[in-house]
Amino acid sequence: MVDFNRFTLANGLKVLVHEDATTPMAVLNILYDVGARDEDPEKTGFAHLFEHLMFGGSVNIPSYDEPLQRVGGENNAFTSNDITNYYITLPAENLETAFWLESDRMLSLAFSEKSLETQRNVVSEEFKQRYLNQPYGDVWLKLRPLAYKKHAYRWATIGKELSHIENATMVDVKAFFKKHYNPQNAIMVVGGNVKTEDVKALAEKWFEPIPAGDKYLRNLPQEEVQTEARVETVTANVPLNAIYIAFKMPERLNPDFYAFDLLSDVLSRGQSSRLYNSLLKEQQLFSDINAYISSSLDAGLFIVEGKLVEGVSMEEAEKAIWAELEKMKNEVVTEAELTKVKNKVESVLVFSEMSLLDKAMNLAYYELLGDADLLNQETAAFLKVTAEDIKRISNETFTHNSSSTLYYLTQENA
Amino acid sequence: MLNRQQAPDFKQVSTINFIQAEESKLRNNTPVFTIYSGEQDLVRLEFIFSNVNWDLQKPLQAIAVSAMLNSGTAKRTAKEIAEQIDFYGAFFQTEYLQDQSSVTLYTLNKHLPAVLPIVKDVISNSQFPQHELDIYIQNQKQKLQVNLKKNDVLSRKEFAHALFGDTAYGVDIRAEHYDAVKRDDLVAYFKLAYAPNNCTIIASGKFEKESFELLNDVFGQDWESSAAVKNKFSFVQKQKEAIYKEKPEAIQSAIRIGKLAINRKHEDFAGLQILNTVLGGYFGSRLMANIREDKGYTYGIGSGISSLHDAGYFFIATEVGADVCADALKEIYKEVELIKNELISEEELNLVRNYMLGSMLGSLENVFSHADKFKNIYFAGLDYDYYQRYIQTVKTISAEELKQLANQYLSTDDFTEVIIGKK
Repeated sequence: MVDFNRFTLANGLKVLVHEDATTPMAVLNILYDVGARDEDPEKTGFAHLFEHLMFGGSVNIPSYDEPLQRVGGENNAFTSNDITNYYITLPAENLETAFWLESDRMLSLAFSEKSLETQRNVVSEEFKQRYLNQPYGDVWLKLRPLAYKKHAYRWATIGKELSHIENATMVDVKAFFKKHYNPQNAIMVVGGNVKTEDVKALAEKWFEPIPAGDKYLRNLPQEEVQTEARVETVTANVPLNAIYIAFKMPERLNPDFYAFDLLSDVLSRGQSSRLYNSLLKEQQLFSDINAYISSSLDAGLFIVEGKLVEGVSMEEAEKAIWAELEKMKNEVVTEAELTKVKNKVESVLVFSEMSLLDKAMNLAYYELLGDADLLNQETAAFLKVTAEDIKRISNETFTHNSSSTLYYLTQENA
Repeated sequence: MLNRQQAPDFKQVSTINFIQAEESKLRNNTPVFTIYSGEQDLVRLEFIFSNVNWDLQKPLQAIAVSAMLNSGTAKRTAKEIAEQIDFYGAFFQTEYLQDQSSVTLYTLNKHLPAVLPIVKDVISNSQFPQHELDIYIQNQKQKLQVNLKKNDVLSRKEFAHALFGDTAYGVDIRAEHYDAVKRDDLVAYFKLAYAPNNCTIIASGKFEKESFELLNDVFGQDWESSAAVKNKFSFVQKQKEAIYKEKPEAIQSAIRIGKLAINRKHEDFAGLQILNTVLGGYFGSRLMANIREDKGYTYGIGSGISSLHDAGYFFIATEVGADVCADALKEIYKEVELIKNELISEEELNLVRNYMLGSMLGSLENVFSHADKFKNIYFAGLDYDYYQRYIQTVKTISAEELKQLANQYLSTDDFTEVIIGKK
């Protein structure tokens, strides 16, 4: 159970407070309701590049990191296809420094040319390090445009290509800031050794003077129902053949979301899971096999991926994956199997409460979903899922005509 | 009127409280250290075994035993072990590190009585079935092939081997080592290493008297001792060495530079950690400020000091654009020379003091982190005074002392420099 208080400032900024007196630390987490899905298809990777620029100094404070480190704080941020999330942890007695820094960069950035030039380079190196210079690193750059044809999920957070980042201009940066970085598009969570009334006073002092800005109204083209099997083959300098199959699944707020999460657990969570035991241990077709969900806010993906044992044919490997998926469609999972994955989810949720930062991030994310208290209703939602639900969604999901398959082959197999 | 240019007042962290470990012993004399917190109904139990009887002819013994520990006992198959642990929502992990192998159980308190006997079965009765071993070897060889395509992984392997040679710290594992793994060797190593006289148990969380009694009943008996001999290594500083492996297709080069240094047991360790923080140990460090934030050569660069049982080492590591590799190297060496030749300003030093104290406070996030702090000192033969001295050093060390440490420990004359990619 993660308790919280909640209030909204006059400019529309939502604030949640989680009091936890067991720690001497505090967390200030700000989620901006903007991700890669909100980008112009010709300027992809921008939400993430922008996240880097948020550390390049703000209108009244030339350096973001230095004053924070000086009071014993640390910070970081991440960008996904859906959101951009910034967080600070620091000794609770220095909490006001976090308010000072975060409010100034919500007010306005310094928009320094030097920072833009440097961060274009840094992000280009990040693109190379994580996506281009790694075996299988570009899988998602290939799989997304295969699975999505209309929706902005068809590109990855890092962007479609290096040139989009290299060509970003200060005009783009300013427009993006104005459109997305205002109090109405943000959710702030303050947690740790803090009191709600103190947080309220600090929020009113530092954040309330920031102009509300215009509310960004999202209106993204949604993906049409997929009606044909899609296949793509790539060859690369990798040592092993691999296969990635992506199926369409519903959006995050769909009531079946929890059933999909448990379905992926039955198939692939840990060494008691089905794919691990059948495909890796018994049939020895794969040296690595996984199933997971993308957990995106709009309609997402259910992915099965594996690396083949040398000498195994792609045809045989693929057939074996489908045989396991067919089983999910034709038979209900046993009571023991369902209880097992539910118990696991329950303990994951209890253990996640060990981390103050995780609690703060979760509150912000669930508030974005509509109500932070959904976080506390997660366990109940998982427990409600039945074996029949899992069979039903398996039938709705695992069909060739809604699948996108990427064969990733070694050069010897080309 | 709000003055946004004026930073709010702040305080340096004054006190840091540690939840201290309490020692008790099982009937068979296995030490149990409890780090208690009653806030959540959960517990983490770590069974920590020293790595023993190092044999260069069988460098994978300890690694394979750790990885295959849950692959079957006389009573349970691998699948049954996983199913039973998972059924109770517990987490069972094995980990091999250079000095120790550990088995960790995370569980809600209510399930401890059910899962503890399974863990005991695994720790005292593992069988390493041949068919499981065959699968392990096949899949590990495949994973190794993938890893050997990563420049970063290659640079770590080359660097470790250059510093530590054919010891457990440096041995270069290749596919043929996997082919040579024999079931009998694993069984023999398991009997030696996973014995009560080679075990330390760390219990953190809501671990109360009745939990201890349960642990004592399960692990305090019916568990055979062994004649294991802890690994012991010694190293001498190498001559300067440059290792370059060209990868014609690389668009980034992995760089790893460093040398032997001191470990936690040495009185200069805290001072060297402060020096390292200034150079490359945090986001605002000199290496980050110069090579990422000013030049944009890399996504990240850092330095560190690693403390092993029989050695310590200093390293700088990064992945940089292949076209700027030579420039990046020049800047790295420039920063090392600078920290040796010029005093750190009071302003920078004060920032680093405050940052490190805040970071120490923040690293004690929950009871598990307190247990981790205890392990750091206990296995280095130190006590909680270590942390008081550390905090005192962070607060008071002078720029002159740091400059002296830089000259003593960071002379580049005998650096090992590894570059994988292009330069």
